[in-house]
Amino acid sequence: MLADMINRLFERSLDDAAQASAREGKWLPELWAEIEEMGLPLALLTEEQGGFGLSFDEAGEALHLLGLHAVPLPVAETMAANQLLANAGLELAGGPAGLARGDDLKLEGGRLTGTVARVAWGEALDCLALAVGDRLYRVPRSAWTLAEPGSAANFHPRPSLAIDWTADDGAALPYCPFSAGATVRAFQIAGALEAALDQTLSHTGTRVQFGKPLSKNQAVQHELAKLAGELACATAAAGLAGEALARGDELGVAAGSLRAREAAGNGAAIALQMHGAIGFTREHRLHLYATALWAWRDEFGGQVYWADKLGRAALSAGGEGYWPMVTAL
Amino acid sequence: MSAIPFPAPPADSAEVIALRSEFRAFLNTQLAGRSPRQRSDNWYGYDRGFSRAMGEAGYLGMTWPKQYGGHERTAFERAVVVEECLAAGAPVGAHWIADRQSGPSILKFGTEEQKQFFLPRIAAGEFSFAIGMSEPDSGSDLAATRTKAVKDGDVYRVTGTKVWTSFAHEADYAILFCRTSGTPADRHMGTSQFLLDLKNTPGLTIKPIIDLAGQHHFNEMHFEDAVVPANALLGEEGQGWNQVMSELAFERSGPERFLSSIELLIQLIELLKTRDSDVARLTIGKLTARLAVLRRLSRSVAGMLQAKQDAGLQAAIVKDVGALFEQALPDVARELVDCEPDPRSASAYAAVLANIVHNAPSWSLRGGTREILRGIIARGLGTR
Repeated sequence: MLADMINRLFERSLDDAAQASAREGKWLPELWAEIEEMGLPLALLTEEQGGFGLSFDEAGEALHLLGLHAVPLPVAETMAANQLLANAGLELAGGPAGLARGDDLKLEGGRLTGTVARVAWGEALDCLALAVGDRLYRVPRSAWTLAEPGSAANFHPRPSLAIDWTADDGAALPYCPFSAGATVRAFQIAGALEAALDQTLSHTGTRVQFGKPLSKNQAVQHELAKLAGELACATAAAGLAGEALARGDELGVAAGSLRAREAAGNGAAIALQMHGAIGFTREHRLHLYATALWAWRDEFGGQVYWADKLGRAALSAGGEGYWPMVTAL
Repeated sequence: MSAIPFPAPPADSAEVIALRSEFRAFLNTQLAGRSPRQRSDNWYGYDRGFSRAMGEAGYLGMTWPKQYGGHERTAFERAVVVEECLAAGAPVGAHWIADRQSGPSILKFGTEEQKQFFLPRIAAGEFSFAIGMSEPDSGSDLAATRTKAVKDGDVYRVTGTKVWTSFAHEADYAILFCRTSGTPADRHMGTSQFLLDLKNTPGLTIKPIIDLAGQHHFNEMHFEDAVVPANALLGEEGQGWNQVMSELAFERSGPERFLSSIELLIQLIELLKTRDSDVARLTIGKLTARLAVLRRLSRSVAGMLQAKQDAGLQAAIVKDVGALFEQALPDVARELVDCEPDPRSASAYAAVLANIVHNAPSWSLRGGTREILRGIIARGLGTR
């Protein structure tokens, strides 16, 4: 039912004009108001935390649909940030929120300073769920100015933020914001790949060349089958990451997140190739999914960050410990 | 909404967790002293003693009814046993085909008499099966089968040739797919399946076909007016095509579709753990992510089978993606470690690498070629 509501909202209110506007870095206040009205920012919270108490599958589907509709606003980040803040016992965000790690920040005499790199829609946010060391802080919008703008052509703007804040006590960090961010991105990637497959089936089924639809060619059919395989892998990868995050297993998040990132690149390449030149334009919706996939796959710790973590664990398990490690993921 | 659904597999139950640890202990005892090179044979390792031990301990025919010697356990519990066997390099060849597809086909299509005769013996690890599908002129195009069985009183007289029959020289029975009426032009019509006694069929000769690696798994089965009793017919005469498609669905989704080269990955990790480097960590990390996700896809199919859902398309995807993973491993390994592969090398790594390099090409052929699978997936997406 939540899925139907989400579909209706974005089919109605996220049209091509709104997408084009977001691509110019313009915040979409009406759409955000509708998103808040539906309660989406609280969707990952338990009922005791003030959320809907969604099942794992329902929460995953909501995130998947944010990808399927290529939603350019930081809805998934806000959902994950609120979940992190709630789990830490901190106040929830009062609007759109960011999710970040402050590895380069300095905390001296209660003052937190330095740059937080690349936070989606950094100018438009209400607050940041920011991890510094083993503490989590809810940093208000007044605590930062823009350090570097970041281009919205890259699906959504990810400016870097110059923080200068007299820190409060914060709270013990329940889990790394990268784990939370990488997990929601895996679901979004699977959603965007599903949309890319839908678009590709529709294009190759209707576009006629040499007297027949493209999809009647075996060479094309085999690429469609590969794209379906990448989508299957991304879907399973998101489920794997989601379950791992819920039980606090960073390695499972690493495995799911990595495979979803890989699927994003592989899948976008196939979808673009199957569309021919029209897919390489902003006239066709495919560009939304392609740019979203390219942006999302490199956020919240890149491929190297996660592969290193997982590879290190595998090598330290050694030959004998490897399979038991895999079955525990 | 074009996605082919892969429902999330349920979390491991207490029974599944207990079974995994109990079965790991069983394998530890059974496989002590098995070399990495032997383990890398994966399901081509053939050892009747091991299969009988599996049967005695209740690890064969796990999902079948107890009245036929089965154990009425879930598809997940069977999947645990299967994947643990493969990951450990257990010699499962003597029961593999019978437990995976022949038994389930007999359970589905067999007469009461056939079920009572075959199933308890398969579940005990006593009966070994082979697959009688491919022919010299009928590989991917299975419906072009020419081998013909003609009814003659109480028997069928079979003429024709089957090829690539793994373990026909060792096994007790094969399920023979052939034509009982018409010609190859009739395609799916007029085909049937028989439970063929490999040890006692007058007119059947079995000759080895040596594979690229120099090993003898394959055989040619030649039928010259071979006599097969009428009660060996499996299911209905003329329904062979539907039955064989159902048999193939059992064959395509299991963990054998991505674990064929797992011993190489294990040996590679063993070697690299003392030679820590960025490229080693990143490569092993990436492979592990792929493996974990394939495992989840395969468990998702087990969940669908448990719920009696049709998972033919999902199985084709698992096999297509899985074969790419297991076949990529030798080249990934070669980019990390310089080593001349040699099956007789004293180095475990060199011997395993040789076995994997030589056998990898077959993994996207057996059980349906990559090209056939992609055609099936494309049809499932509505393109033809």
